[in-house]
Amino acid sequence: MPVWMPYAFCAAGLIGLGLYGLITDPRLLGRILAFNVVGSGIFLLFGALARRGSVDYADPVPQAMIITGIVVAISATALALGLTVAHARAGGGESLPDDDPAEDRPRGSGE
Amino acid sequence: MATAFDIVLCLLLLAVASAAVFGRQGFVAIVFFITYGLLLALAWLRLDAVDVALAEAAIGAGLTGILLLVARAQLRALEPKHAASPSVALRLLGVVSAAAVATGLSLAILSIPPSEGLYRTVMDQLPSAGSDNPVTAVLLNFRGWDTLLETLVLLSALLGVWTLARDEDWPGRAGRAHQTLSEGVLAQFGRVLPPVALVIGVYLVWVGGHQPGGAFQGGTVLAAAWIVVVMAGLLPAPHVDDRGLRASLLAGPMLFVGLAAAGLLADSFLYYPPASAKYLILGLEAALAIAIASTLALLVFGTPEHRD
Repeated sequence: MPVWMPYAFCAAGLIGLGLYGLITDPRLLGRILAFNVVGSGIFLLFGALARRGSVDYADPVPQAMIITGIVVAISATALALGLTVAHARAGGGESLPDDDPAEDRPRGSGE
Repeated sequence: MATAFDIVLCLLLLAVASAAVFGRQGFVAIVFFITYGLLLALAWLRLDAVDVALAEAAIGAGLTGILLLVARAQLRALEPKHAASPSVALRLLGVVSAAAVATGLSLAILSIPPSEGLYRTVMDQLPSAGSDNPVTAVLLNFRGWDTLLETLVLLSALLGVWTLARDEDWPGRAGRAHQTLSEGVLAQFGRVLPPVALVIGVYLVWVGGHQPGGAFQGGTVLAAAWIVVVMAGLLPAPHVDDRGLRASLLAGPMLFVGLAAAGLLADSFLYYPPASAKYLILGLEAALAIAIASTLALLVFGTPEHRD
């Protein structure tokens, strides 16, 4: 088995794990964390598949694209966390109202 | 060939990521997430991607971890009402879609045809790129468009975070005031770490021209030094309308756009003449490192929360 192969399968598992968290976790903070697990899993899959060639060095193009991806991911994470805190400060709690419509409807908070 | 180490590392990655995703205790989940990022950096080393390993350890594990911890502390202080547990149907949907995606990707991994990639193509063009590190050459020259837009994304994220400030707090100092025990661990750490981090950060930016490293990794280490100093209460966070600060935020993107436009006169957008490419890339790396360091640090400090 070549070196890249276990990492590629591991990445597939990480993407699945993160997706599960993204779907089921009611807390926004947990979802942002899960989103980061999905993202890093996709990067790992990309990087592992880029090592399939016969050359004994890592391909620099995927590496550069992954570094760009990591920086974009932290930008999105920072903005999402800022929105989460602002949402909680406005009285919205730690989850979105859609998660629990029965509880939020009586308050009648219009959009 | 894959060794037992690779298999164990992959299993560890999956286990630690599970602990981070399934952990209902917010703090523990975040600590597992940071551990996950560091193990992932190790995986990148095994894949010979040293530049990515540095970026993952500094940005993916370190700064994302701090962002999550700061947000959690802010949320706790607000004492929000707790979220309801997910329903059985939602959990089932989660399991089915996660399993389907993971299985589909695994099948794709098994059936994907071999490819040689772009390594040789990059190496053929490297002498005219202005950098001996192929990753830096791709980032700042061959795929300069990506990096130019990326610096603008980073700046937009900061603008987005700043727009969340309340009117009465603007323009104040970024984030909230940090108070720590003067003899505590953080205060001591805040005195010892920054000089070391400054040297490592500048070294990483400089060495990016011919070895793994570069503006993003070095800039992140510089940001970390500033964050530790502010969190330890040794220096106050900057005012968000400070002119020097605004200049350092804009230095990188402005120089990048300027150079790209100057290339238009010579040949095309983002064209560097091979003779001067080395110096242009070095200058660009320095300006980008300053911009990245200040933008990332301000993203961690967050919106102004009081006006003084």
